[in-house]
Amino acid sequence: MSETRTFTFRPATEETPVVRWLLIGLAVLGIAILVAAPLFVVFAEALAKGVWTAVQSLGNRDALSAIKLTLMIAAISVPLNAAFGIAAAWFITKFDFRGKAFLITLIDLPFSVSPVVAGLCIVLMFGANSLVGGWLVAQGYPIVFALPGIVLATMFVTFPFVARELIPVMIEQGRAEEEAALTLGASGWRTFWTVTLPNIRWALLYGVLLCNARAMGEFGAVAVVSGKIRGQTATMPITIEMLYNEYLSIAAFSMAAVLTALALVTLLLKTALELRHADELAATRRH
Amino acid sequence: MGRPLIHRSPMPGLGLSMGITLTMLSLVVLLPIGALLLKGATFGIGNIWDTVNRERVWAALFLSFRLSLFAALFNLAFGVLLAWVLVRYRFPGRRILDAAVDLPFALPTAVAGIALTALYAPNGVFGGIAKEIGVKIAYTQWGIFIALIFVGLPFVTRTVQPVVEEIDREVEEASATLGASRLHTLTRVILPMLAPAALTGFALALARAVGEYGSVIFIAGNIPLVTEIAPLLIVIQLEEFNYDAAAAIGIAMLLISFAMLLIINLIQVWSRRRIGYV
Repeated sequence: MSETRTFTFRPATEETPVVRWLLIGLAVLGIAILVAAPLFVVFAEALAKGVWTAVQSLGNRDALSAIKLTLMIAAISVPLNAAFGIAAAWFITKFDFRGKAFLITLIDLPFSVSPVVAGLCIVLMFGANSLVGGWLVAQGYPIVFALPGIVLATMFVTFPFVARELIPVMIEQGRAEEEAALTLGASGWRTFWTVTLPNIRWALLYGVLLCNARAMGEFGAVAVVSGKIRGQTATMPITIEMLYNEYLSIAAFSMAAVLTALALVTLLLKTALELRHADELAATRRH
Repeated sequence: MGRPLIHRSPMPGLGLSMGITLTMLSLVVLLPIGALLLKGATFGIGNIWDTVNRERVWAALFLSFRLSLFAALFNLAFGVLLAWVLVRYRFPGRRILDAAVDLPFALPTAVAGIALTALYAPNGVFGGIAKEIGVKIAYTQWGIFIALIFVGLPFVTRTVQPVVEEIDREVEEASATLGASRLHTLTRVILPMLAPAALTGFALALARAVGEYGSVIFIAGNIPLVTEIAPLLIVIQLEEFNYDAAAAIGIAMLLISFAMLLIINLIQVWSRRRIGYV
């Protein structure tokens, strides 16, 4: 035979190339329309009149106060939720008690409650008309339409993030290492700092990252409790709404671009964590 | 005697971790929800019913749940497709695509809301194209539908992806050896294996969409009876300091969400039992 023919066999467990590229095309097209296009629009609208106009719109007193407030809320609510997440994960994974599944359900509860309903709950609990809120206002500590209310609303909607990330990881790691440390005479705290924490640090960082992104961007719950007082209780997302409703498009999208950049950094760090520490995270094995 | 409430354990920190967990859970989540239920109890079931049983409230509740269901169904199909493509195929830009799926989780809802509105408004890029063919997207129910697809996009992909990774190729080989076509293998062997995880993702996407506020209100137009979502009604009542009515609608939403989650959990249990693995 003068020519050699090569046969290529398609394994029976693969789709034909046509089907494969069709599916890939659909996926890419879907993400381009649904995710990439809105992302692009934020920056395009912010920079519609040039970089300088966009930057200038962030320089006024109200915009700066919104940025400061949002940073402050995250700085209070994220560490508190991280502390809760660690305590809850320790309690749930290191001890055996009745009602554990129920407790986990309660911790997950905020995920199935609308942020607006969450805000409503905070208003009804701590508003000036309520028993607790009325007393606190009389003492000079208003909760609703003030910083503590916004922090509480933010904590409500981000409550499960850290705990959900830590619990599966700590279940998998078991108790043997801690038991060994305790047997060797380490104190409880020393065991936690030198044995448990190094094992869960990446999962903790992952949970904190997601918690922080949501805390800085929360809108529905904060809209209900903040009172939207310009320069005082208007967070960055609330300010975006106010500017947008006043047809100040460039200013609204410039502030949106700042939050979008933050979201992109969050995704970048998250992806890096998933690539480097996949086996120490719950997310990459979640079912 | 019965089982002890808490088993004795050599682990330290029981009191501290239990104390922090229960105190914060109560203060941040349980007591506020309790305050809502208490408000409802003092308002009375009859009054709650009278508040909810009005055309405008029914229209908003029906709209929220119907469009959330449609958006979650879209995300169910697209999410399974995405999970399959991301795990099984190798192509340039796969990692970027994988990371992009999570953007709706990371992007603040208000930002998504104004971005989608700018895109789908009649003078926007996609809105302009739609206008050419005589369709209005922003400020109609289509706009709400698109916003709800956006916020629920990652859920199904992220629950199905790990399951696709763990599928044993031998199962597919066995199916092919027995003479099944590839399509037959996909629909009769693979999809049933993905069903429980896909349903979990579907339920999460649905729950998220029903309560969604930030990304929807900008694009919705908020016309009573037509494009007014249920969470907005609560905000409107609160702005009028009408706490009783706000609590009544809030309780109705809470109950319907929990009922939905319960039904979906039951479907999940049933489908797992039928397929015969957990």
